[in-house]
Amino acid sequence: MLDLYSPGTSRLHRARAGWKLLALMAFGTAIFLTDTLWHVLAAGGVVVALFLLSGLTLRQAWAQVRPAIWILAILFVVQGIINSWALGAFVVARFAVLLTAAGLLTLTTRASDMIDAITFGLGFLRPVGVNPAKVGLTFSLALRFIPVLGQITQEVREAQKARGLERSLIAVALPVAIRTIKMADDVADAIDARGYRP
Amino acid sequence: MDTKSIVYIALFAALTAALALFPPIQLPGGVPITAQSLGVMLAGSLAGAKRGGLAMVLFLALVAAGLPLLAGGRGGIGVLFGPSGGFLFAWPISAFVIGYCVSKFAGDNLVKLIGWIIFGGIVVMYAIGIPWLAVAAEMPMTKALTVMLAYIPGDVIKAVLAALITRGVRRALPGF
Repeated sequence: MLDLYSPGTSRLHRARAGWKLLALMAFGTAIFLTDTLWHVLAAGGVVVALFLLSGLTLRQAWAQVRPAIWILAILFVVQGIINSWALGAFVVARFAVLLTAAGLLTLTTRASDMIDAITFGLGFLRPVGVNPAKVGLTFSLALRFIPVLGQITQEVREAQKARGLERSLIAVALPVAIRTIKMADDVADAIDARGYRP
Repeated sequence: MDTKSIVYIALFAALTAALALFPPIQLPGGVPITAQSLGVMLAGSLAGAKRGGLAMVLFLALVAAGLPLLAGGRGGIGVLFGPSGGFLFAWPISAFVIGYCVSKFAGDNLVKLIGWIIFGGIVVMYAIGIPWLAVAAEMPMTKALTVMLAYIPGDVIKAVLAALITRGVRRALPGF
């Protein structure tokens, strides 16, 4: 499964995914509570330092912000015109720091560990009827279904190409929907037939 | 939760992920036009309110876990906090509302089906996403509203497509 994880052995790489997730939530909340640019920049400095300490590069830190850069630029200009340039700088800096911090979590944590942490976290919801084992099964099934859907779409597209219908959205989408729903019914029957009782 | 529901939740989360393979169209304002909102609409109209809503919760959990499942290969917990985060958080609610309204009020009428999918997939989604965009970007609401007007034609086309697929599936699989 493709993943945004960047392999490493630093403390941050080895830390439990659940703790990192909680830390990020606390960080994100804190950064929205302050209204001083200086605090945000200091927080940004800490995040960048953590990147370097975890064996990641500044280029990777920048890559977290880069996809959003022109959105941030528009924000800055809009803020500058409507409110003030100082507020613009503050809003943009806050987003950039938050994106970088979230990227730090994503780069140092395997998706599978993160899924385990989320499944574990849901254990506290057991009293209201959430079964973590079933949640885990649902995650695994979804990840398995993604390539299967791609394959079914490919087959249907080829079949419709033979009929000269590959350009019709409905002629492709409808058979894909029907086949995947039939497949889902078969998978559900197969799971039940094996007596799955989590 | 029975096995069938588990499989359907996984299927519609995977479908939404697979729709990311269609390349997104980037517009000024930071919210890309993607085929993925079709996944939200289909999850609601085909899987129903509860399953569809949970399928979108699962999808967001996978994105938050760091899988690049959003159009353009984006992913990670950061996107949920970004300017377009409100639209993502609206997906489960949107799918739930579509599922509920379609099963309660639409019947077999294609026009009603399209109407309720537009209500859940556009009205409800924008009602959550636009205030978020306005607050997160500290932008006035009217400005955020005008930015989003460009998305309405694409979303209406997706709603019609979702309605046609839903009707087709119901005809092909009686009792679904």
